Amino acid sequence: MGFLDQFWQLSVDGLMVGSLYAVIALGYTLVYGVLQLINFAHSEVFMLGSFGGLFAARALLPGDGSVPGGAGSIALVAVGLGAGAACGGLAAFTLERVAYRPLRRRAAPRLAYLISAIGASLFAVNLAGKEFGRQNVDLPDLFHNGTVFRLFGAAVSTQTLVIFAVAVAMLVGLDRLVAGTRLGQGIRAVAQDADTAVLMGVNVERIIIVTFVVGGLLAGAGGFLYAMTFNASYSMGFVPGVKAFTAAVLGGIGNVRGAMLGGLLLGLVESYGGYLFQASYKDVIAFGVLVAILMIRPSGLLGERLGRAA
Amino acid sequence: MLLTLTDVEVAYGAVTALRGVSLEVAEGEIVTLLGANGAGKTTTLRTISGLLRPRAGEVRLDGCSLSTIPAHDLVARGVSHVPEGRRVFPSMSVRENLLMGAYRDRRHARADLDRVLALFPRLGERIGQAGGTLSGGEQQMLAIGRALMSRPRLVLLDEPSMGLAPMIVRTIFEVIAEINRNGVAVLLVEQNATSALRIARRGYVLETGRVVLADTAAGLLADDRVRQAYLGEDVTTAPPDTTAPPDTTAPPDTTTHAPSS
Repeated sequence: MGFLDQFWQLSVDGLMVGSLYAVIALGYTLVYGVLQLINFAHSEVFMLGSFGGLFAARALLPGDGSVPGGAGSIALVAVGLGAGAACGGLAAFTLERVAYRPLRRRAAPRLAYLISAIGASLFAVNLAGKEFGRQNVDLPDLFHNGTVFRLFGAAVSTQTLVIFAVAVAMLVGLDRLVAGTRLGQGIRAVAQDADTAVLMGVNVERIIIVTFVVGGLLAGAGGFLYAMTFNASYSMGFVPGVKAFTAAVLGGIGNVRGAMLGGLLLGLVESYGGYLFQASYKDVIAFGVLVAILMIRPSGLLGERLGRAA
Repeated sequence: MLLTLTDVEVAYGAVTALRGVSLEVAEGEIVTLLGANGAGKTTTLRTISGLLRPRAGEVRLDGCSLSTIPAHDLVARGVSHVPEGRRVFPSMSVRENLLMGAYRDRRHARADLDRVLALFPRLGERIGQAGGTLSGGEQQMLAIGRALMSRPRLVLLDEPSMGLAPMIVRTIFEVIAEINRNGVAVLLVEQNATSALRIARRGYVLETGRVVLADTAAGLLADDRVRQAYLGEDVTTAPPDTTAPPDTTAPPDTTTHAPSS
C-alpha cells in the first residue's frame, strides 16, 4: 500500500505518540523556563511515574487475566493516571530537593547541575532495575473493542482515543494554568526576570519547586499512558525522554506551546518517516529533522521564551 | 521613622560596594540619593529590598529589622522597588505587567488598575501590547505604575529618567510628585540631580560607598561641591541635558566606567 493510503492511519498513530512526547516535553520546557536548566533526569521521573501507574492499575485487575472493559477500564485508567502522576510528582519533588536545590544554595556553576542530573538519572534507573526487575512489565489491553470509529479510513481504537484525549486535556490544562492563573503568572514572571519577580512579591523558591512538581505530575501521568500502549521497564525513560527533550527544543525550549507543537510534530514525522523508509529509521529521521530545523531556526519553531505564546 | 539604614556594609564577593551607609526616610517625604556611577546608589536600593544582604549594619522598616525578612515579603510590607532599567516583563502585556504589581494581594487590583491608568493614560492605549514593545518612556511609566499596584508606603525609584527624552522626564517627575502628594514616601536615585532636588525634601550624596553629604534639598542645591559635581555648574548655566547619556552628568573621577577619552 502506498503512503497516501496509509496517510491518515500514520497521522493518527503519530499524533497519539506525539501527544505523549508533548506531555513529557512540558516538564523540560517549564523547568528550563524558570531555571535555564535542562533537567536531564526528567526521563526518570517519567519512568517512575510509569511504574507507579502501572502497578496501581495491575493491583486492581482481577487475577484471571481478564479486563473489566468499559466503565471499569476507564476507572482503571483514572487510577493509573492518578498513581502515575503522584509518583511522578513525588519523584520530581525529591529530585529538585536532593539534586538541584543544594547546588542552587551554593550558587554552583552550570556544569554541576548537569553532573547532578546524570547522577540522579543513573541512580533512579539502577534502583528501578533492582526493585522492579530488568524485564518489561506490561499491562493487558484495557479495552476489548479495537476500532471505535474510522477517521478518513484510519482505525481509531478506544485505547488510542483515551490516550490522545487525556494527553490533550493535560496540554490544554497546563496551557490554561500558565496563561490564566496566579501560579502561571508567577511562573512566567520568574522565567522572564527572576529578580524583578521577587520585587513583585513572588517567592521564587516556591515557584521552582511547584514547577518541578507540575512537570512531574504530567510526566508521571504521561508515563502511565505510555505504559498502556507499550510497556514499562527500568530503562524505558531514556529514548522517550530524549525525544521529548527534542520536542521541547524543536518548539523553542522554555516555550509551553512550542513544546506541545514540537511533540505533535515529532510524533508525526516519526510516524511518516518510519513508514516511508523503514521502521528502524524512525529515530534517525526524528533527530535528523531536529538538526535540520535548528539549523534554520536555532531558537526553535516558536522561539525561546516561556510565556511568549502563552 | 519609616526606613532607617544604619552603617550598612555590602560586598559583592571581595568587592565592597557600601562602606557603612546610614540614611533615613520619613513617612511621606521624597528623599533623593545622588552620586556618580558606581557610588553604590543601586546597591543601596537593592539592599533595602532584600535582593542583597548587608555584611554589617542594619535596614529597618517601621523600626523592625529586615534582616530575616525574605525579599519577596517586602512588597506586602509596603515597599515597592522600581528597578534600574525599568525591567518590565517583556512578554507580558501591559495589563499583565500591572497585575504583577498586585501579585500578593489581588483584592484591590481592579480599582488600582483604573487608578494607575488614570495616572498614565498612555498605558491605557497600550493595554494589550507586550511590555517589551513599548518605548523607553512608556516602559518607565509601566514600571512605576506596576509598583503602585501594591499600594506602597515607600517607593524606591532607581534612575527613572535614564535615557528618556526631556519631555518624558518632565512627565515622570510630575508623576513622582503626584504620587508623593498622596502620602507615599519616595527614595529617588537619580543622575539628573537638579530635577531630583527640585522635588525632594532632603538628599544624600554617595561617594564610593559612603554618604559624604546629607542635607535638605535646598541646602544641597546651594552646596558648591554638589553644584560642581552633580549639577554641571562648570558647564555654564544651561540646564542639564537630560537626553544625554547619564555619564555626562557624573563627575569624571569615579569608578571603572570612566570614559577613556
